[in-house]
Amino acid sequence: MVTATALEAELLALAGSVPDPELPVLTLSELGVVRGVRVQDAGAVEVELTPTYTGCPAIETMAADIRQALRERGVQDVTVRTVLAPAWSTDDITDEGRRKLREFGIAPPRTTRETGPVALALGPTRTLDEDPVRCPHCGCADTELLSRFSSTACKALRRCLACREPFDHFKEL
Amino acid sequence: MTATVPVTAALALGDDALVLSHRLGEWMGHAPVLEEEVALANIALDLLGQARVLLSMAGDEDELAYLREERAFSNLQLVEQPNGDFAHTIARQLYFSTYQHLLYAELAAGDGPFAALAAKAVKETAYHRDHAEQWTLRLGDGTDLSHQRMRTACTALWRFTGEMFQPVEGLGTDLGALRTGWLEAVGAVLRRAGLPVPEGAQSGAWTAGAGRQGLHTEPFGRMLAEMQHLHRSHPGASW
Repeated sequence: MVTATALEAELLALAGSVPDPELPVLTLSELGVVRGVRVQDAGAVEVELTPTYTGCPAIETMAADIRQALRERGVQDVTVRTVLAPAWSTDDITDEGRRKLREFGIAPPRTTRETGPVALALGPTRTLDEDPVRCPHCGCADTELLSRFSSTACKALRRCLACREPFDHFKEL
Repeated sequence: MTATVPVTAALALGDDALVLSHRLGEWMGHAPVLEEEVALANIALDLLGQARVLLSMAGDEDELAYLREERAFSNLQLVEQPNGDFAHTIARQLYFSTYQHLLYAELAAGDGPFAALAAKAVKETAYHRDHAEQWTLRLGDGTDLSHQRMRTACTALWRFTGEMFQPVEGLGTDLGALRTGWLEAVGAVLRRAGLPVPEGAQSGAWTAGAGRQGLHTEPFGRMLAEMQHLHRSHPGASW
């Protein structure tokens, strides 16, 4: 583990403060996708970014936004490198990020704290279990799955059975 | 990434993901309901992301995707099969996503050149598999018509499933050993759906099961023509 310099810490905070292009209520650090910043000998800066999903189309916009933010701080030579390992998980979304998602009307992912594949049972579409997906609007725990895939790959479409509002759920990965 | 990339294996897995991604993309504007259109597009997007990583390991992703001839593609014949009716698409998804999920789980557990991608992709593929299993249950255990269509589709595609377990050079995993787990998993879903497990051979006549060697079925050439024509007509163009 290389100790980060004060400059690296500052640039990391700056890169992390860039808003997510698809969920602008979240910053990239709240989403947990900025892995590190290294200042190289000649002053060149390398930022490590990890995709949420392998095919996430937002990654290129994220990289461009990070380069822009660092240039505005006076860093001209910025390379954003995509890293796959260790794989991003929804557990990497910070507590503040989860709070903002809920406020934005998206049910945050439940904690998985697991490694390896997500085991999915062939079960009913309602989740009245010990850790239900709650409606972000009214907080009701009785919600049903409408579609496993929603407006983006990372979300599922659900409906609240109390207030009847449909909502996006940031599904566990 | 290690210095020696197993190019043959990267192309095989990359071509599977690319070709199925394109096939699923053909459903856009044609799916039975909006939610399903979005689901198929999202699965296609996941596969395209995996294909980009895998083809980039083997060379230039755009050149490999858009400038190779049919015989240079090493994807399974299963993934190039036309979408057919919705039941055919779901049967293809059931067979392939179960295989891909088992394979990525195996690769993710190792420390080879595919481990990093597999660790991400195994989680994405778990959702694809779940999607296919849920639809197999609904169609198989649905109306007489949906049952009949699903049964026809499962039988029609069965002869393309044997190829999945042929060895791939440089993959570093025993594909033959995946067959038992695959048969158990697919068999369990089919039985729950009230569908018979097809009894025919898992590979057919001389050409069936030779996609890895660059031999493809007739519809693949037409699919490639559509997939590649824009890039070939406007070399080097960008948005």
